[in-house]
Amino acid sequence: MKSYHADERGYYGEFGGAFIPEMLYPNCEELRQNYLSIMEEPSFKEEFHQLLKDYVGRPTPLYFAKRLSERYNTKIYLKREDLCHTGAHKVNNTIGQILMAKKLGKNRIIAETGAGQHGVATATVCALMGIQCVVYMGEIDIARQAPNVARMKMLGAEVRPATSGSKTLKDATNEAIRDWINNPVDTHYIIGSVVGPHPYPDMVARFQSVISEEIKNQLQEKEGRENPDYVVACVGGGSNAAGAYYHYLDVPEVGIIAVEAAGKGIDSGESAATSALGKVGIIHGSKTLLMQTQDGQITEPYSISAGLDYPGVGPMHAHLYASGRGEFISITDDDAMKAGLELCKLEGIIPAIESSHALAIFEDRKFGPDDVVVVNLSGRGDKDLQNYIDYFKL
Amino acid sequence: MNRIKQKLQEDKKILSIYFSAGYPNLDDTVKIIHDLETSGVDLIEIGLPFSDPLADGPTIQESSTAALKNGMNTALLFEQLKDIRKTVSIPLILMGYFNPVLQYGVEEFCAQCEEIGIDGLILPDLPLDVYKEEYEDIFKKHGLINVFLITPQTSDERIKAIDDASEGFIYMVSSASTTGAKQGFGSEQSEYFNRIANMELNNPQIVGFGISNAETFEQATQKAKGAIIGSAFIKHLTANGVNAIDDFVKQIR
Ligand SMILES: Cc1ncc(COP(=O)(O)O)c(C=O)c1O
Repeated sequence: MKSYHADERGYYGEFGGAFIPEMLYPNCEELRQNYLSIMEEPSFKEEFHQLLKDYVGRPTPLYFAKRLSERYNTKIYLKREDLCHTGAHKVNNTIGQILMAKKLGKNRIIAETGAGQHGVATATVCALMGIQCVVYMGEIDIARQAPNVARMKMLGAEVRPATSGSKTLKDATNEAIRDWINNPVDTHYIIGSVVGPHPYPDMVARFQSVISEEIKNQLQEKEGRENPDYVVACVGGGSNAAGAYYHYLDVPEVGIIAVEAAGKGIDSGESAATSALGKVGIIHGSKTLLMQTQDGQITEPYSISAGLDYPGVGPMHAHLYASGRGEFISITDDDAMKAGLELCKLEGIIPAIESSHALAIFEDRKFGPDDVVVVNLSGRGDKDLQNYIDYFKL
Repeated sequence: MNRIKQKLQEDKKILSIYFSAGYPNLDDTVKIIHDLETSGVDLIEIGLPFSDPLADGPTIQESSTAALKNGMNTALLFEQLKDIRKTVSIPLILMGYFNPVLQYGVEEFCAQCEEIGIDGLILPDLPLDVYKEEYEDIFKKHGLINVFLITPQTSDERIKAIDDASEGFIYMVSSASTTGAKQGFGSEQSEYFNRIANMELNNPQIVGFGISNAETFEQATQKAKGAIIGSAFIKHLTANGVNAIDDFVKQIR
């Protein structure tokens, strides 16, 4: 049977692989050789699940959104990743990776962050384990995400500004990779999404797969079936989506819907809708779809939501797009903000702006009244308050 | 015979210089190549600028960014170089990241290189296995040598595999670092230099990263066949422009 998971060499169809300079080869190779066997170790599994339960607060609820469902005349369930410790799904991955780093004997952690969510989730687990933590963040993002910078500092992390290139997420990622090149022995790089060279996309997807594992059980309880008709998630790099789709990838009856940020509109020149605007290329060690010039220079994306503001997309999603397995929808800033506010009013939940993109599809994408649609609510909106205030003049 | 291979047969230490095409000014490419040849350099690496040069330190990041701002791109570089073989005979290598090559089309890129008289490519993020499976035939068809990197962390087993796949020289990265990050060599480097020398590889090695002056050039080439200077040369161009290239080369040897 055709599978939408990574093959042994880290390819999803033609996408993925490890396009890395030789300086990174020993690090990636060490991880590649060990990640599956470490994840299989009973002691690893036990600690991972214990922390997800007691520290992160899992399982997160699968909540039937009654008023939202009535509004759109379909059955909408929200997977409440917004209730995770630190406010988003990101921590599922950082818990997994900090345990991986410990198993590999690393005593220093580096990470990249855009909005600061992954940086906070990384700083959190480093504090938990008492491990040194350096987070790279674009100079521009540092200025516009001050509360998360403060959080990381309170948690004991050092936040280093990325001053190269466009001074945002892709440059923070470059700086983290450069740090790893310069510190090849003692350091583990905790990538924040299903991007980067093999084995990162597969490893991060496995850590996030707890999301769909829980959905299956919870839906069985609520609907008497494991499979929804559709799973919907926003896609920046694609980690919350990968987790929400994971156990459904090879179940054809489950429709997969990926929601990208159209920014000010696909054709506006200010967008982050990678599937619509990207071409096959190499970014951060992975062959995938990315936004670039004709000459192959990586371009700067735009979205009101910093977490979706990445010029590439994980290779799993590039493959879901190219193969037609996934339905890709892009949502503008305005429609996302409207949908975010609507969720507040109808359900009493303030979503992250990233997640608001996933919620915004119901305006145009219609579902049947009996369709069960699970939306992954990847994060809460606390971090976005200033954005909401400015946008709605609250 | 490929000019790189020919040069490597000469009984001398190889001095190779890297610069970013399109820096300091868009049209400096040909002049820089000329002046490097007349001042006695043995090999030139022409950097194809990339927006996200993740193996490079600040100096080359900045020269790449400036070159792109100046308007450099792959097609323009080929245009600038189209008559280069009428006036220079020094071996020329293009060095860059894989994505711009992929967008140009690997086959077309290699064909252009052959037409111009480029002798080899260094694409640090094109991995060994992908090269062998997908691109080796194309490179060979167009007479291009592909140069692989090794680092102090590269295992003996992998070094042997790289040696087998190489046919020119091996680019020996002097320390675990990005370009321009370290100054000078310590005991760790001498150990590494000795270890590689003792492996008696088929291909000669040329050391890069961390070489900036006569002293480091001398240290790097005690065991290895040659050494590459990048960031230090770019800093020289930044400070002095393109009219004092000879001064820079003369202070190396
Ligand atoms: C709440 C939330 N959702 C989604 C994302 C996007 O990342 P990914 O596509 O990897 O899930 C982020 C990233 O910061 C986020 O904070």
